[in-house]
Amino acid sequence: MLYRESGQFKTSYTADMAVFPIREDKIGIALIMLGALIVPFVATDFFLASVAIPFLVYVLAAIGLNILTGYTGLISLGTGAFMGVGAYACYKLTTYFPDVNIIIWILVSGFFSAAIGIVFGLPSLRIKGFYLAVATLAAQFFLEWCFVRISWLYNDNASGAIEVPRRTLAGMPITGANALPEVRYLILLALVVLLTWIASNVVHGRIGRSWMAIRDMDIAAELIGIRPLKTKLLAFAVSSYYAGVSGACMMFLWYGGGEAADLFNINQSFNILFMVIIGGLGSLIGAFFGAAFISSLPTVLKFGLPAIGIPIAGATAEHITFLLVGFLIIFFLIVEPHGLARLWQIAKQKLRLWPFPY
Amino acid sequence: MDLLIQTIWEGLVAGVLYALIALGFVLIFKASGVFNFAQGIMVVFAALTLVGTYEKLAAQGFTGPAAAFTAMAVAIVVMYALAMVVERFVLRPLVNQPDIILFMATFGLTYLLIGAGEVIFGGEPKVMITKELFLPTGSTDLRIPGAGPNGRDGLVLLQHIDIAAAIIASVMIAALAFFFQYTRIGRALRAVADSHKAALSVGISLNQIWVIVWFTAGIVALITGIMWGARSDVSFGLQTIALKALPVLILGGFTSVPGAIIGGLIIGIGEKLGELYLAPMLLGSTLGRGVESWLAYFIALAFLLFRPQGLFGEKIIERI
Repeated sequence: MLYRESGQFKTSYTADMAVFPIREDKIGIALIMLGALIVPFVATDFFLASVAIPFLVYVLAAIGLNILTGYTGLISLGTGAFMGVGAYACYKLTTYFPDVNIIIWILVSGFFSAAIGIVFGLPSLRIKGFYLAVATLAAQFFLEWCFVRISWLYNDNASGAIEVPRRTLAGMPITGANALPEVRYLILLALVVLLTWIASNVVHGRIGRSWMAIRDMDIAAELIGIRPLKTKLLAFAVSSYYAGVSGACMMFLWYGGGEAADLFNINQSFNILFMVIIGGLGSLIGAFFGAAFISSLPTVLKFGLPAIGIPIAGATAEHITFLLVGFLIIFFLIVEPHGLARLWQIAKQKLRLWPFPY
Repeated sequence: MDLLIQTIWEGLVAGVLYALIALGFVLIFKASGVFNFAQGIMVVFAALTLVGTYEKLAAQGFTGPAAAFTAMAVAIVVMYALAMVVERFVLRPLVNQPDIILFMATFGLTYLLIGAGEVIFGGEPKVMITKELFLPTGSTDLRIPGAGPNGRDGLVLLQHIDIAAAIIASVMIAALAFFFQYTRIGRALRAVADSHKAALSVGISLNQIWVIVWFTAGIVALITGIMWGARSDVSFGLQTIALKALPVLILGGFTSVPGAIIGGLIIGIGEKLGELYLAPMLLGSTLGRGVESWLAYFIALAFLLFRPQGLFGEKIIERI
């Protein structure tokens, strides 16, 4: 690494258990945050709208699913639908109460998603493993059906789609057609930083430890006094909250309208599961890595392949993308089944001793 | 009455076809512990290979049943090659990894097969070569005794292809049961399903078994693909039927072949009856449409709440 942690002594347990125990790590995180703040002023609109904003939206969803799958060990294939609940809740709230700031509604809409998540989390008390994964598909298909059939959810629009209204913050439009990508990016960034900070504290604390105990062996966890009912449902609630906020952000800050059947379908659920697994189960930084990898892959392939001299036409481009995505998923799983987060850890460990072998 | 019988018949046929897909899942899950999400796309890929090869042969002027069965042989060889490739490049490097990692790998496989299928055979829907494979077409009207005399009352429409599908599926299931019960390889497969370690210790090669089992699943996929393809078209949209087979799977249990069949029939009939009678009754005729997409999952969930391992699954014993 560029730095050594020698000379930094910890005198208390709290200091030793801190999320960033090393001073240089704190500086590094501050630099990354600063960089993220500078991005909208130097990057093009295209980069913001098709790389940075999707990345931030997916980070939220990936953190949510990681809490459920990575930390609590419950596989869910219904993330897409829970995101949809957030988007529709936000839409209904903002059309009923247009005067309240949309950012508040984005944050509140997660609670609706959490409530639905608790209902569909109930089977997890009896069903485990892949049986549960398939059971969560019930949520996915049922909610998807609701999004299409219940016209009250999209205010009886003839098109069956959500049309995001124009909402402002301090006079600046932040949603709707003429919201600048820079503004949307900064709002998303603030949301992601806030929610990541909360998630980090939750998973490092008592709640997070009880989740991990349930994941490692639920019967043993029950014997040491962790209530599976409360813990599992809490995991479902928190996870769905993040998914819901992510869905609301996706609808309001990224797409600016659209049909739920396209945005929140089963493929979206799988997409987010990919992110969590490629990134690394049970790791918040993995959620960032995975979201970055999967959300940018199609764009990179689409524009990167012609740039290095492999010409692809429109129709075959899609097929080739499928082929490459499939190949890369298998490749990454074989190279490092514990995900990019583990690769990052290994790299850090190696650099710590570099240039000595051990 | 005639509508009810017609619905039940259609539910049964759909159930048989769901059961076929579920069977592919169960075979692989039992032998290698892999939840093979790619089974749905394997069905499409197998059918596409068959039809695509036939089209290529027809372009050379080689048509008719002979060409169709040549294409079938090619498809079988391709499925075998696929099984070898999967074993060598996916299962072997990932041996002893957590289940979810293998599950994800089969997702990667799904994407790979979609991409490969579209690149090789093109994405547009194809017509299944029903006639060349000597599969019946057309339909028979069956009169129910005692029903109303006039018009179409009391008539039940039986598509010949559906009857053929039911017969072929039964024959195949019987053949598989025989294969598992009475052949040397079948015994080895059952041993592997019981315990990987014990099977290894008596000299059964896991890698070989995996190839065989994926190949068997490939054959099942090919036959399923022919049946589904004959009912509709051969297109990538067909892979969504794999999602239909998942509730069948949890209902019957991941490890049980009879479970897959009975689960398939329950889901098939339940889904059709629910769509026609239950949903309009409970939700009204406009809202009740399209419940087919999730009804199967709720039926399966209802069963699961009483038997968490499925109807015929092995009892899960947990030790600390």
